[in-house]
Amino acid sequence: MKKSSTFLGHSKKEINREKIISAILFLCGMFSVLITIGIIFSLFSETIGFFSRPEVSLLKFFTGTTWRPLASKISSDNFGVLSLITGTLLIAFISALISVPLGLGSAIFLSEFASERIRDIFKPVLEILAGIPSIVYGYFAISFITPIIRTVFENWFGVEVSFFNALSASIVLGIMIIPTVASISEDALRSVPRSLREAGYSLGATRFEVITKVVVPAALSGITAAFILAFSRAVGETMAVTIAAGSTPQMTLNPLKSVQTMTAFIVQVSFGDAPSGTINGQSIFAVGATLFVMTFVMNVISDLVMKKFREEYE
Amino acid sequence: MNNKNQSDFRENLKNRHNIGKWFYFILLACLLLGLLMLTALIVDLAVEGHAWIRPELFTNYHSRKPEQAGMKSAIIGSLIVMVLTGLFSFPLGIGAAIYLEEYAKKNWLSNFINININNLAGVPSIVYGMLGLAVFGRMFGLFSSKSWLVKLLNLKVSEGTISGLQFNLFGISWLEIQLPFHKSLLAGALTMTLLILPVIIISSREAIRSVPYTIREAAFGLGATKWQVVSKQVVPIAMPGIITGIILSLSRAIGETAPLIIMGAFTYVPFLPKSIWDQFTVMPIQIYNWITLPQTEFRVNLAAAGILVFLVILLTFNAIAVLLRKKLEIKW
Amino acid sequence: MNDELSNSTIISAKNLSVSYGSQEAFHEISLDIPRNKIVAIIGPSGCGKSTLIRCFNRMNDLVPSAKVTGEVFYNGQNIYGPNVDAVHVRRQIGMVFQKPNPFPKSIYENISFGAKVNNYVGNMDELVEKSLKQAALWDEVKDDLNKSGLALSGGQQQRLCIARALATEPEVILMDEPASALDPIATLKIEELMQELKEQYTIIIVTHNMQQASRASDLTAFISLDRTRIDDRVGVLVEYDFTEKIFIKPAEKETEDYISGRFG
Repeated sequence: MKKSSTFLGHSKKEINREKIISAILFLCGMFSVLITIGIIFSLFSETIGFFSRPEVSLLKFFTGTTWRPLASKISSDNFGVLSLITGTLLIAFISALISVPLGLGSAIFLSEFASERIRDIFKPVLEILAGIPSIVYGYFAISFITPIIRTVFENWFGVEVSFFNALSASIVLGIMIIPTVASISEDALRSVPRSLREAGYSLGATRFEVITKVVVPAALSGITAAFILAFSRAVGETMAVTIAAGSTPQMTLNPLKSVQTMTAFIVQVSFGDAPSGTINGQSIFAVGATLFVMTFVMNVISDLVMKKFREEYE
Repeated sequence: MNNKNQSDFRENLKNRHNIGKWFYFILLACLLLGLLMLTALIVDLAVEGHAWIRPELFTNYHSRKPEQAGMKSAIIGSLIVMVLTGLFSFPLGIGAAIYLEEYAKKNWLSNFINININNLAGVPSIVYGMLGLAVFGRMFGLFSSKSWLVKLLNLKVSEGTISGLQFNLFGISWLEIQLPFHKSLLAGALTMTLLILPVIIISSREAIRSVPYTIREAAFGLGATKWQVVSKQVVPIAMPGIITGIILSLSRAIGETAPLIIMGAFTYVPFLPKSIWDQFTVMPIQIYNWITLPQTEFRVNLAAAGILVFLVILLTFNAIAVLLRKKLEIKW
Repeated sequence: MNDELSNSTIISAKNLSVSYGSQEAFHEISLDIPRNKIVAIIGPSGCGKSTLIRCFNRMNDLVPSAKVTGEVFYNGQNIYGPNVDAVHVRRQIGMVFQKPNPFPKSIYENISFGAKVNNYVGNMDELVEKSLKQAALWDEVKDDLNKSGLALSGGQQQRLCIARALATEPEVILMDEPASALDPIATLKIEELMQELKEQYTIIIVTHNMQQASRASDLTAFISLDRTRIDDRVGVLVEYDFTEKIFIKPAEKETEDYISGRFG
């Protein structure tokens, strides 16, 4: 029997190989789901272990304000996570006061005023700021920002400032997050169609008026998504706040005092090398689970807001 | 100008244009403030650290005396972790990206995976540290003497500092395996792999997506199988973008401190790791250690010097990534 | 053009040329627009018709590469003169665009926007009502002025944009193919509207629709490619006259060819 052509096509071996490769690739694709399951499982199994201890009460965890897990007396009164949450939110909020206006301002400048040349200079600056690891920001906080804060508040206003304080961490965190806010906001602003700007100008509006009364309001949901994301990043941030804000959980809104964030607490315990199964070893998972839920919710909201924005303009 | 209605429209042009000018300068100030902070940071680092960038910084391990302290184990540790992370994340990341772009059908499952990956990219890095600790470091306690698995399979586990199961794969002496991974290089690299995987998948997908569809059509038209099209046409063309994405992700991984602290990297490692089961430290952790020490030479000077070296290494990686992308980019 | 009209010229372009970078869009166009008339600008695409009317309200200023030479006189004053504020010009010369572009705000806010930024001191509600009535949209939306402008149909949105332009009480309204994105019924409504508006305003309309130009306008300007520079695609004014003349017995052969559909 003579083969009619020299092209043999695909052999059975090749077809089987295709199937195997498909399967392997499928597993790679599903692997990310495995990671999520892993995160949820590891966080929550230890958390459940933590809460099933007699010394810990679920209610007091979320309502108590004293966090002294390393105290000699192990009591449920010492496991109130509110002071950690307050520390985290205080720092995140103040950092947003910095990153939001500066980030949005930069975005408006780059999107509405800057020529290509200026953009080519400033966008790399923002990228560099974004690429600096947070530990470097931590160093910057205590070596540069904290002395300035102390000079301003103690010498000029006579107000006491502890060496580790929330304000220094917030400032540095704010700077760190500016690029995130700027880049998402800029994308949102540029998505606003030119025709809307033209309509504004044709009615006799100045550039300032077109930007603030037409473009920014039109980009608002995209910009809001940027803000939420920035806040979420600030909540999850670890090294800069651990270095600058300290490890004293305090239920305070005074940014000049030392506070501890959820992330700083987890670092503190990890350095102490608490063996697994101990109450401290498990407490970090409980705090970590709380952190995960908080950032997850914020990220989801930010995504939904962004989706709504994209629907309007794409 | 003929303004028959001038009385009704008080245009107030001068004021409005003035506001515009102020607005411009305020916005410029926002941008310049960022530049200012960056400059302050670099100057601060240079001033405090330049005198301490000496050979000892690279040849010595950490020591209690600042004059003798160095980052040798940290630098090597960072590099090894990075290489291992790259080795692990490269196939997984590309495989997932290829699957999602070329093989997966658009249904609820692929949509779910999409959302999932985007969510993972936004999870704080410290959570990945806890994941690594639980899954790789402790392996959920499966290999402790009290676990059900040990009892079921009647495994011989040791207690003490390196608890768990140790055996040699296939009986070969240098193929030793340690379960759980404890605080080893392997555990650290695996943790970092999980951390950067979502970002690698996202950037690889973009690289694959940018390959024009006509290439695939042409290859299919010639009778190639799906894998042949993907492996011999699509992926090679997307490769520069993929590699750039991986290098950028790795350079981000070098800078991560929290996950490795949580997962158990040490701060005092006076030796170079010889195997993936050894303990290790990395540059950011060493720097963090110095920042927390009381002596000024450590927390101000050595920390600054260490950061400068660290940033240079980081910058080099990013520069390599950008150069690679420019050199290998095909312009359509 | 007879003298009867030249005394009441509201806009006059003199040797107007525009180039984008090195590419010239149109070359040395001069024409006089008389008050309270509808002037149609017709011609094949790519000849700079839109660019031309954008000179009248200095919208070309927004394009960095655009260079304008020549003069545009509005009520005797050159709007490209040294001390002229473009913002001031634009309040008095309004524009309606090809694709309706209402702001993503309420109907009321759309209309009041121009007045608000220009510090209108009269009664805003009355202004909004008057503008919507002039744009023949009042009856359709009067019950809910807080509804979003985007919730209206295409034709309604365009009338909203007309009302919005009218709210700054301009003298001239520039229309850049205002009906090309609309269905025939909405188009007809716009044409009726134009006839009503010309009592109070002067209207300059760019249109591709020759039936529309011949129906609705008093004067017509025909702009086409410069035959001596075909490779460059530069627009020039071929003929400008009363609409009946242009469509029944045009002076230029090129005009006749375009009108009868032989090209364009």
